[in-house]
This record gives sequence, structure tokens and C-alpha cells, in this order.
Amino acid sequence: MSVLVFAESSEGKFKKSSFELTSYGKKVAEQLGTNLVVLTINATENETLYKYGAEKVLQVTSEVLATFNAKKVANVLKQAAEKENSKVVIVDSNANGLYLAPLVAVNLSAGFASNVMALPSSTSPFTVKRKAFSSKAFNNCKISTDIKVISLSKNSYGVHENEVSGSIEGFSPVIATSNLSSEKIEQTTGKVTIADADIVVSGGRGLKGPENWGMVEELASILGAATACSKPVSDLGWRPHSEHVGQTGKPVASNLYIAIGISGAIQHLAGINSSKIKVVINTDAEAPFFKAADYGIVGDAFEVVPKLIEKLKEFKANNA
Amino acid sequence: MKILVCISHVPDTTSKINFTENDTKFDSNGVQFVINPYDEFALTRAMWFKEKQGATVTVVNVGNASTEPTLRKALAIGADDAIRVNIEATDGFAVAKELAEVVKNGSYNLVLAGKESIDYNGGMVPGMLASLLDYNFVNACISLEIDGEKATISREIDGGKEVLSCNLPLIVAGQKGLVEEKDLRIPNMRGIMMARKKPLIVVESINSEAGTISVSFEKPTAKSACKMIDADNVGELVNLLHTEAKVI
Repeated sequence: MSVLVFAESSEGKFKKSSFELTSYGKKVAEQLGTNLVVLTINATENETLYKYGAEKVLQVTSEVLATFNAKKVANVLKQAAEKENSKVVIVDSNANGLYLAPLVAVNLSAGFASNVMALPSSTSPFTVKRKAFSSKAFNNCKISTDIKVISLSKNSYGVHENEVSGSIEGFSPVIATSNLSSEKIEQTTGKVTIADADIVVSGGRGLKGPENWGMVEELASILGAATACSKPVSDLGWRPHSEHVGQTGKPVASNLYIAIGISGAIQHLAGINSSKIKVVINTDAEAPFFKAADYGIVGDAFEVVPKLIEKLKEFKANNA
Repeated sequence: MKILVCISHVPDTTSKINFTENDTKFDSNGVQFVINPYDEFALTRAMWFKEKQGATVTVVNVGNASTEPTLRKALAIGADDAIRVNIEATDGFAVAKELAEVVKNGSYNLVLAGKESIDYNGGMVPGMLASLLDYNFVNACISLEIDGEKATISREIDGGKEVLSCNLPLIVAGQKGLVEEKDLRIPNMRGIMMARKKPLIVVESINSEAGTISVSFEKPTAKSACKMIDADNVGELVNLLHTEAKVI
């Protein structure tokens, strides 16, 4: 028996969430009194996973898998789970993880719980807590099948060091065929994505127009943050849809979320309330967002934000 | 082209979320139910294929009779007919197995759904359905074009997009971008009248086995009050974020 984690990498390097998944997988394995196996595909720094508790790394090297294909990767995970007699399979909740997980579940006839936010509260019956109702509530659910598939919600468990002496084993699964071909990948490089960001700076209609986003971008760049926006802003075409956070947009689970000129409609709050610390800057003291915030400033964004940029520059200079 | 659009019946986005029966059941008292917003993007795209390319559009829901007004709304928007699989939906895997029967029996070659429902946020039904049927599948789809048998699809990836292509049959789990918000349709009176006469067929469930069982619900604990900082003292915010919140 084992617990299997899929640690995704990009150009050989692990994503930060892979270390969180490995840390989490190690704890689940301990709860079940078994070992952790981590599957990697075309990763170059497999040894780094030992630090987070990977007792065994199953290393797949495959030219065909250089481009992500959910069906092929799901099939590789199935073969790995069968080989390692894995009872729990854990994947990420990023774009590829969410694409993959339902396919893995069907391949293994396993029940699947997505958006899991904590360690299992019980291993028999296997019970997990997951986000539901767009994070307005949580659902405790039992996975009743022999094998369980879960996707871990980002930033919900954290990265924890748990050094083990691990080993790497090469694994050469059969690669399934797929009629779906990848034609083109367009990815902005050098910019922090909302999915990966520790800090997100978000602007709303209070900023009055797309020409005023310069200060939002400047604030984000000082903080190494991603930029985001409210739904009206993306509907008005001021900012791209990919920046829309909220109920029907992207969920945000960052450590710090700074909302500028966003009133805090219930649909917006649903998308961001998994963020740890929320800062709200708004002219309207009655804005509902203040009720959900940790720190608030009532004031004109066009005065407050430049001051904040200045103070952060000072802070960075003093703490460099 | 025969299109099937999967419709979830969910509480409106502004609903207060409460639970009853010792926090084991969603409290639907006073709650307005709507077509799941992600499914509405899919339905709207299907309408486009119907009008421009002569596709037929069937909508389907797995649920009890209380979901029928939501299916009627989809018919009023323009779907040709509706199917309700008569069993309460409690688990995504079970729903996917029920839908697989519907797809097989109706030989649909394009299945559109939202990437997740806004109530349980399981995000699993479209992918599971594709896997059960061995159909091509694209998740988090932000554009879809069909030319004869060939489909060109874009999906959102972290920090960008990927363009994919394949032949039908295909299952797509959509989100905003598939159509724009302004393209969404509000049923007009004529549509509502016509919807009453359109077929809504109830099929019995195959009693598929669930993968998960809901035990209970919780609401987030109330958070402490927001700490207000004077607009003339922005430096204090930087200080608190560093020393108290420890996020910078």
C-alpha cells in the first residue's frame, strides 16, 4: 500500500505547489501508516522532494509527455498507482491538475474529492473537508471507494519540511494514444500568474478607467504580486478576462490580497475569501468589503495608492 | 451536429448559504435556483451552433422534479428538447455515469458543460463523462470553433492559453470566454411560451454507484473586525503587514 502524489514540473523545475502536495502526501501516508511515492514527469531535480518527505520518487522521462496531455498523464498515474498499490492519489488544483483528476478517478474507479483543504479528519471511513459553495461553506465528505483521488486546494496546507532518505526509481509506463493534439501554447513569461502568486493586487470600478492601472501594476511589481480585477472591470473590457477574480472568475488563495476600489459584492468575496490577509482601500466606508477585510483604509485610491507605493519602496530599501 | 448541454440547477450567486437538519442538508428555503453560470456559457455557445450551423440542442439535468423549471428556462433560451434523469444528484461520479447512458442513447457528438457547478464545485462531471465514454475532452475551455468534424478549442492554462484540435466526438467543460457575458440571453415571452410545448422527457436512473458521500457542512468561522488605518498614515499599513500579518 502507498500514497501517490503527482508532482508537476515545468521545464524540469517543480512548481511550488508540488512541494506543498508532497508535504501533504507525507502526512496522509503517516496517518495511514504507509509510505509516500511521488510521480514526476521530465523533472530534473527529483532529489529536492526528499526534503518534504518523498520516500520514493517514480521518475518518468518521456519526450511524448513533454507537452501536457491529460488523458496520457492520467493513464500514467493509473499505471503508477497500480504498480505501487496506491490507495490515495493526490493531485494539484491548478489548471492541469483539475483537468487530470476526474480522468484518473475513472481510470481507478475511485471516488474523487476536489478542493480539499485539510488533512483527512478520519482515515476509516476516509473523510475530507473540501471547499464548496465557492468557499462560502465547507463540505465534509466520505470517499467510499477502495482507492481515493483528491485534489488539494492551493495554499491550504502549506509547505512543510520533513526530510527523509529517499530513492529514485525509473518508471517507463505505456503511453496511451490521444486524438487531441496541442497546436499552440501562448504563455506570458516573466509575469506572476494569479494561480502562483503569494500576493495579488486587484482593482475595481473605483479606479474609473483602464488608463489608471499604472499604479496597480507598479504596486504589484514592488510586491512581486499578480494583478487582478473585479468582474465589472473585465466585463467593461478594461482588463483581460484572465484577470477576473470572483465567483465565475478565478479563485484566489494568496497570502495577501489587496483590493483597490472594489466594493466587495458577494460574488467577488466568494472568489477571494480563501486568501489569508485581505487589505481593502475604498472611498466608501460602508463598502461591504470592509466586513471581510483584515486591514482597511477609507480614502481615495488615487491618493492612497501612490503613498503606499512610496512607503513600500522605503520598506523594501530598508529590508533588502 | 447533435449537441447535449449539461445543466446544473444551483442557488443564485447572491444566495445566502445556510444548512438544515444538523448541517447535513442545504437550506433551499427562500433560495432562487438558476442555470449554473458556467453551464449558461455552454448553452449560449450551443445556441450559436444551432443558429449558424443547424445543430440540434438537447439539455439534460440529473435531478429530481424540482429542477424542471431550470430546464424549462434552458428551453426558453432556445434548446430544442430536454431530458431529466430522475435521481437526486449527490456525487459527481454517479452523475457522470448517468449522463454517459444519456450520451450513448442519444449518440450526441458534442457535449458541452460548465467547468464546475457553483454549489458543490466538484469540477469532475465533464472529465469523468469523457473518460467513461473515451471521448476527447478539454477542460476550462475559453473558445470553441467547429468546422465539419474538426474542432479547434482553447483552454486556459496557468498564465496563458493552449490551443488544441481534434475531431468530434468531443466533450468540453466551459467557462467565460466560450461566450462573453454580454452574449448571455434572457428568455423572452415568445421563448417562454414555446418552451411550455417543447418535450421534456424524464428517464429513470441506472442507480449508479457514488464515489463520495456528503457527511456535513460547515460555514467559515466569523472573522475578527477589520483594523482601520487612517488614509494619512499609510506607513502604518506597511508596518502591520510586516510585523503583525507577516505577509511582506
